[in-house]
Amino acid sequence: MTDIPGDIEQLIELMARLPGLGPRSARRAVLVLLKKRGALMAPLAQAMAQVALSARDCTTCGNIGAGDTCAICADPRRATGELCVVEDVADLWAMERGGAFKGRYHVLGGTLSPLDAVGPDTLRIPRLLARVAEEGISEVILALNATVDGQTTAHYIADVLGASGVAITSLAQGVPIGGELDYLDDGTIGAALKARKRF
Amino acid sequence: MEWRDQGALLSVRPHGESAAIIEVFTAAHGRHAGVVRGGASRRIAPLLQPGAQLDVVWRARLEGHIGAFTVEPVRSRAGVLGDRLALAGLNAICAMVRVALPERAPHDLLYAATIAVLDALETAPDWPARYLRWELLLLEELGFGLDLGRCAVTGSRDDLAYVSPKTGRAVSRDGAGEWAARLLPLPDCLLGQGPASGADLAAGLAVTGHFLTREMASLRHVQHLPEARARLLELLAR
Repeated sequence: MTDIPGDIEQLIELMARLPGLGPRSARRAVLVLLKKRGALMAPLAQAMAQVALSARDCTTCGNIGAGDTCAICADPRRATGELCVVEDVADLWAMERGGAFKGRYHVLGGTLSPLDAVGPDTLRIPRLLARVAEEGISEVILALNATVDGQTTAHYIADVLGASGVAITSLAQGVPIGGELDYLDDGTIGAALKARKRF
Repeated sequence: MEWRDQGALLSVRPHGESAAIIEVFTAAHGRHAGVVRGGASRRIAPLLQPGAQLDVVWRARLEGHIGAFTVEPVRSRAGVLGDRLALAGLNAICAMVRVALPERAPHDLLYAATIAVLDALETAPDWPARYLRWELLLLEELGFGLDLGRCAVTGSRDDLAYVSPKTGRAVSRDGAGEWAARLLPLPDCLLGQGPASGADLAAGLAVTGHFLTREMASLRHVQHLPEARARLLELLAR
């Protein structure tokens, strides 16, 4: 690696820290960038510099936006009274891709995990309680992962919101679209059977 | 080195981008950690939920290595996810096994009891009383079984109402005398008598909690019992 100039070597090392990239794939990616310097590398560098300057965590919901308040929180049409609680920004983006939800979000920033010293105050749970009190929320939708940690967090939030009188719902669990029963685990089949609906 | 066993999954931690380090409580190998390659993948990650019953094969070049597990699901305990109290019970059991037991030391009796109480979370409404008895067994496995058969003062088997916070021996109402205020109340459910009310359970868990805290501080240098147990007690008290 001594033949590679220091700047490029540093770029490879930084790229190798990204998820899905190791040193070899980072080297390949950097080579592609170097070959397409004008068409790809310069605009990419410019876009990254711009995002590094402008991207901020929304002070209201925890989403990533271009200012202190993200576009969803700033949009008055999203003030439907429904608040969807998600674990991470990636989950928020997944919900938005579907386009089915028209309300606002609250990003917790993780799940409760006592063994990892992640408690309610580490997450954005106090801020969630404040928002429910301040924003006239009528329904809190718990869109947390169907994992032990995700559901432990969901039950905790349901407990602390219990006195607020707000409706608390959660996403359904069961057979995914395109799923075949033969391939489902017994837990999913059990959950789907419990949540069956009149057909 | 290679062995195959069944066990309940206690915890999962990400390891790099695609692997996970899991801890499993097995029958013949006790609490054992290992790497699951591809443990963060979409196929395997859903199987690696705490409480899940797994068939595991552990391989390592040397005994002292962390080694790698290959896992096959035997039984999911996803049925508890929708039940707040049962989920708290599952978290408490996994956390207690993790902090209380040393690694790689078999505890076959406790293993059988752990699987039974995990199964009971989904099927038996009286599982909190079973959990209390499981904590008694855990104390025994740590080398501090309570002696609740007869009064430490009078030797009587009747009217046992207290436990000595020092010795863990039962004390009868007569034997306690003016020391009663300094002793821990002994509920009937700890003696295996009658159904356990909420207050009895709380009193029983206070007794086991007292001794577990003390034993874990000396044996494992753990100053506090896991938060997950405190959460279970809080929910049971409602």
